[in-house]
Amino acid sequence: MENFTPISALIGGGLIGLASGLYLLLNGRIAGISGILGGLLTPTKGGSAVFERLAFVIGLIVGPFILMNATEIEAQSVVTSSLPVIIVAGLLVGLGTTIGSGCTSGHGICGLSRFSLRSLVATLSFMAAGFVTVLVTSHLMGGM
Amino acid sequence: MRIIVSLICGTIFGFGLYISGMIDPQKVLGFLDIWAIADGGWDPSLAFVMGGGLAVAIPIFQFAKNRTEAVCGGEISLPTNRAITTKLVVGGLLFGTGWGLVGYCPGPALSALAFGHTDTIIFVVAMIAGMGGARAIGLNK
Repeated sequence: MENFTPISALIGGGLIGLASGLYLLLNGRIAGISGILGGLLTPTKGGSAVFERLAFVIGLIVGPFILMNATEIEAQSVVTSSLPVIIVAGLLVGLGTTIGSGCTSGHGICGLSRFSLRSLVATLSFMAAGFVTVLVTSHLMGGM
Repeated sequence: MRIIVSLICGTIFGFGLYISGMIDPQKVLGFLDIWAIADGGWDPSLAFVMGGGLAVAIPIFQFAKNRTEAVCGGEISLPTNRAITTKLVVGGLLFGTGWGLVGYCPGPALSALAFGHTDTIIFVVAMIAGMGGARAIGLNK
């Protein structure tokens, strides 16, 4: 377990929980990233809803940008998959989160925080599929 | 005001993804590889991210649940759908498969755009295409 980073994981997780909690308490909305992004594609709600979603997405990108340029905290984002796999994976994530009404944030953090059985089932479904996919790609097929 | 709150919450969320390491697909795949537990190659970090997230979010959600109005005005809009359907599970399985292939879920994929890698941009474009396609044929309903 040489890559295990429990302290930074807990701190980072706490910040994600804080952001989700504040978004609900202050704006009354669920911080589900797939829902926020998907909502931008087919805006139905009136008022400032579109701008609120856009602002959240901009914040998601600005946050890491600030830390990588203004602090000593280092991180990376490495994709090792081939181009076709990246495209198929992106399509599956977009399709699956739309059909299943949520992702790791909406079901995983927000849903579990309000003790939703529906979100627990969704979370167990995508975790199980993630475990099995890695079993197939990393162990049965020897890496893709 | 609501727009500024959204920007700040998105930024804090982005800080969390960066600091926790979840912005790196390899870190996520290290967690999904539970099959490496036996030889000591498993990275349980993601479980600690979830734990830290829930420890902070649960008290705030339970407090917010009993309020009728959000601090910045408007209702607290919590999902009312409780149905456990085939669609929910199938969606979760498809999402999980894509997640396991590359290691990106929607939040980290968007946050990782800050690095400007071509692979990340291609993933995000494909993800948005998947969302748009699914919505176009009414699968979000």
